[in-house]
Amino acid sequence: MSTPEVPSPLDPDGVGAALEAALADIAAASDLDELKAARISHTGDKSPLALANREIGSLAPADKATAGKLVGQSRGRLNKAIAARQVELEAERDAQVLRTEAVDVTVPPQRIARGARHPLDVVMDEVADFFVGMGWEIAEGPELEHEWFNFDALNFGPDHPARQMQDTFFVAPSDGSTLDGVLDPGSADHLVLRTHTSPVQARTLLERDLPVYIACPGKVFRTDELDATHTPVFHQVEGLAVDKGLTMANLTGVLDHFARAMFGPEAKTRLRPSFFPFTEPSAEMDLWFPAKKGGPGWIEWGGCGMVNPNVLRACGVDPEVYSGFAFGMGIERTLMLRHGIEDMHDIIEGDIRFSREGAR
Amino acid sequence: MPLIPLPWLREHVDVPAGTTAEQLAADLVRVGLEEETIHTSGVTGPLVVGRVLLVRPEEQKNGKTINWCLVDVGAEHAPEAAPEGADEPATCLTYHPRGIVCGAHNFAAGDSVVVALSGAVLPGDFAIASRKTYGHISDGMICSAKELGLGEDHDGIIVLDDPPAPGADALTLLGLAEEVLEINVTPDRGYCFSMRGVAREYAHSTGASFTDPGLVAPAGSASRLPAATGDGFAIELADDAPIHDVPGCDRFVARIVRGIDPAAPTPDWMATRLRQAGMRPISLTVDVTNYVMLDLGQPLHAYDLATLAAPIVVRRAQAGEKLTTLDDATRTLDAGDLLITDSPEGNGSRVLGLAGVMGGAETEVSAATTDVLIEAAHFDPITVARTARRHKLPSEAAKRFERGVDPMLPAVAAQRVVDLLVELAGGTADTAVTDVNRTTAPEPIALDASLPGRTAGVEYTPEAVAETLRSLGAEVVTEDSEQIGEHTGEAEASGRRARRAPRLQVTPPSWRSDLRVPADLTEEVIRLQGYDQVPSVLPSAPAGRGLTLRQRSRRRAADLLADVGLVQVLTYPFVAPGRRDELGLPAEDSRRRSVRLANPLSEAQPLLRTSVLETLVDAAVRNIGRGLTDLAIYEIGSVTHPAAGVDGHSPRSPLPALGERPSDADLDAVRGAVPDQPLHLAAVLAGNRVPGSVHTDARVADHADAIDLVHRVAELLRVPLTVTADAERAPWHPGRCARFSLADGTVVGWAGELAPKATQALDLPARTVAMEVDLGLLLEAAPTQPTQFRAISTFPAAKEDIALVVSDDVAAADLLATVREGAGELAEEVRLFDSYRGESLGEGRVSLAFSLRLRAADRTLTAEDSAKVRDAVVALAGQRHGAELRS
Repeated sequence: MSTPEVPSPLDPDGVGAALEAALADIAAASDLDELKAARISHTGDKSPLALANREIGSLAPADKATAGKLVGQSRGRLNKAIAARQVELEAERDAQVLRTEAVDVTVPPQRIARGARHPLDVVMDEVADFFVGMGWEIAEGPELEHEWFNFDALNFGPDHPARQMQDTFFVAPSDGSTLDGVLDPGSADHLVLRTHTSPVQARTLLERDLPVYIACPGKVFRTDELDATHTPVFHQVEGLAVDKGLTMANLTGVLDHFARAMFGPEAKTRLRPSFFPFTEPSAEMDLWFPAKKGGPGWIEWGGCGMVNPNVLRACGVDPEVYSGFAFGMGIERTLMLRHGIEDMHDIIEGDIRFSREGAR
Repeated sequence: MPLIPLPWLREHVDVPAGTTAEQLAADLVRVGLEEETIHTSGVTGPLVVGRVLLVRPEEQKNGKTINWCLVDVGAEHAPEAAPEGADEPATCLTYHPRGIVCGAHNFAAGDSVVVALSGAVLPGDFAIASRKTYGHISDGMICSAKELGLGEDHDGIIVLDDPPAPGADALTLLGLAEEVLEINVTPDRGYCFSMRGVAREYAHSTGASFTDPGLVAPAGSASRLPAATGDGFAIELADDAPIHDVPGCDRFVARIVRGIDPAAPTPDWMATRLRQAGMRPISLTVDVTNYVMLDLGQPLHAYDLATLAAPIVVRRAQAGEKLTTLDDATRTLDAGDLLITDSPEGNGSRVLGLAGVMGGAETEVSAATTDVLIEAAHFDPITVARTARRHKLPSEAAKRFERGVDPMLPAVAAQRVVDLLVELAGGTADTAVTDVNRTTAPEPIALDASLPGRTAGVEYTPEAVAETLRSLGAEVVTEDSEQIGEHTGEAEASGRRARRAPRLQVTPPSWRSDLRVPADLTEEVIRLQGYDQVPSVLPSAPAGRGLTLRQRSRRRAADLLADVGLVQVLTYPFVAPGRRDELGLPAEDSRRRSVRLANPLSEAQPLLRTSVLETLVDAAVRNIGRGLTDLAIYEIGSVTHPAAGVDGHSPRSPLPALGERPSDADLDAVRGAVPDQPLHLAAVLAGNRVPGSVHTDARVADHADAIDLVHRVAELLRVPLTVTADAERAPWHPGRCARFSLADGTVVGWAGELAPKATQALDLPARTVAMEVDLGLLLEAAPTQPTQFRAISTFPAAKEDIALVVSDDVAAADLLATVREGAGELAEEVRLFDSYRGESLGEGRVSLAFSLRLRAADRTLTAEDSAKVRDAVVALAGQRHGAELRS
């Protein structure tokens, strides 16, 4: 900074030089502190322009106006320049602060562990939502079930092969006896782990008012060893509709609608004749969907049929007045088909990587 | 399940030439016969008939004698050059024979054999190539039955009985070119366990022309069978203990053929068909009975007549009687077993076999048998099914009888066996014929002709319904056909022209014992008209009410736990008794009382879980074993508590009959017999609850994490819980276990750190934490009424911190409750934010600091208000817990 030389207030060159010197210092200030110093030295009481201004009072009256105008304008320009520079430098400082506060936002925060629902449970919710969307309700029943509900109410006679020990888990007699050599293994306490969700049909028909439109997702049991496609504990969804005038065409309608909801708008179903004691006519249901592993094609998805009149009778429903349809499909199977899962072990072992992958 | 060789099927139905097994499967599945699998022989490539020209035994250094053979395999397959030594027999061939080395000795020059030529592949991917062996070039292989997968007979090569010319294709001759379809037959279609039945179904599916080989009288002609003569072998049907009032045997045809040649071989065509159908040829007589069974569906049995003592008596067993069956097993019989017996020492004194299941060894036909008695009977399906199950004998006969066999078939099938034995074994049939026939004709079923259409949602004309049923073999009489076309009053009133559907009287054919009620006929009409004719029409259900509160709450609880970082898993509910020891449950703990399975998958795990934790820990151990050591898992599932009957036994319950609604009392008893199965929620946490990362320090899961989960779920369900310390709840740490109770004192669960002994026994990391609650109880306790909201005050809040010094046996939860109570209505929030122990407080003393946010609904609080609250809190805490304000 040059040594200030106080100019005469009537000397335009002197005042101009002082102003130029001041403006140069303001412009040269690189931060707010330097600006403050420059401001003090060029606008303070001892600054050339302030001193020049003070001298105006001692001038001849005729010169006062001229000098006042000259010095006043110069001081005005200087103040404006200071203010402008102040704004500039403040903005620079603010930007600098933000720059230094920057962090790497790509670092995964991981504040809490990531949880997940099990994909089977999620699919069962999805299935439930589908049926609720059609106005159906969700029914439930016990997993350890009375033989009458699991078999007899569903028109399985006492000699039906499914009642043999190779399919059904029977409860041991509570009196401690064994079932070795007993022809009817359920004869003791009549308790079985339900082999299908179908006993809920009978429970529902006995408990609810007609008409009935229900779905029942739930756990079922068969004495199959665990392998890539079988598991002794698995899940099904049962559907049951009993109303006046229901037909097999209505069954097909629901199955098609369900298939499209689960497997996309192009999915479709077809029925093949089959046999189940609790439906007549009975059918196996095949599903076609474009994303099937190995290319679009048909694959078995479940069983279905028109409710056998004997089931309606067992539940106190008059088959002359009411008719109905029922169907069931495996949730594991649905999950495996839709998501290309090849090994049942992945679903049932409880490995958290499986559930987590499903949540992604 | 049945195997269907196409050439055999063609005997009864017109299957187009060139039909593949795959096409057959597609045709049959349309009518409900599902493909099980398609069998191939495993033999490909050139397999031809060869005539042996020369057999020259050559002893080898190893002592073994091989045969150097020259075999005429026809001009087409002849080698270009003569094999070395081919000059020996003077042949009149215009081409060369092949030289083949063979180790077997059961053939001679002049025999016709089966030769696999170079390029052929035999079962087991055994490729045939010309090779040098025993000093010769062996140019092919002379095959044994075993090498072709045709049987177990490895010693001898196949010598053809009635051979075609050398060079003929042996693949076709032996049926090895055929793919054979195996089908699945549902329990209602017993008649499809025969070529006869499958041929009929094929005709239904394709419209092909079908001739039923099982009819007593072919269409339009009289019976071609001899009637019973009265002087035949004596048969007595003496069932004194029928099951469900159905006699065990209602038909018994016995025919005798004498003077058969025991050495007569089974013709190749029959042996081939038996093999293709999955049965092993045994001897001509047995093969003929099996062949006719496979063809017509009638199980048959041949007895050595010389060993029988009349009369044959069909009766129930006496408990404890014994029988050695054809499989050489000696079986102790049950009173429910139906027996075929004869009478060497009095009526029915000797057991010959289990009726319809398996014969006995004593009267079996042997290599010396010349006179045979053929049994063709009809047995009660349930009797046979029970005996087959009881003795674990799912024989071919039992499979058919338990599904129902045509009661008209015995005479037809017996005649067929007689004809074949006469033709193939040189026997002579006795003119005496026994036919004890107590069968009853099927009853007609009244069918409303509109029922099939109303069931399917398709319009079938009454004529189509009747015609479809006739094609099944049923007789159909249209009862009131004159009403067709009449206008009923009702229809006129509705202004529509209507046809009242006629009633049909439908008498099912004898082979369809499964057709009993109108629904059975309805199914047949819809099936044969085609399921693909049924349109797709979505029904509209009445307006539903959505998920129940309980269902929604359960789902929200599952979501909540996932949202707070837990992973849901599902475990099997099977438990080993030792698990309760590992958990450290006391001997009298109710969780040791559990339901036991009679037939568990693993004998080691026969019990049903009484807590979810006892199976969830397995999933924890598995994950940790796989290196997933920061673990937080949960499961929602049911547990089973045995019914609390008398003396710990389940209450006796009835088993009401089929097809009728049980009485209310029976229904209550049935429902009441089902054990309680509450829905539980359990979680296990080990390792870090918060994973370490750039911005966050890792934090190990501790008891408070487990306890917090219970609070979170309870708050979600709006159920207030009381927490108390529980020093006696296994498997938890006695000093780190919280017990949760409802307002009425009902305990709903526990949470905290697991006891060191439990984690050690279960192979879990030390300090694993866990919780388990009865979610069902929480869901029941959840308020069903909507929350009533308080108005939000906008007056300023006043903050007040209060530190209270108490004896360290005062539970923090109790003191917190006291502070809340003491602070009264003005306390908007009370939070325990610090706990401090130090020398200045004295031994056994602890300072608990509470932060209060106070607010009034109607004014700004003054310093005086705050002081009043503070004083009230201190006073009440002092009075209740001996608390002092920390100075």
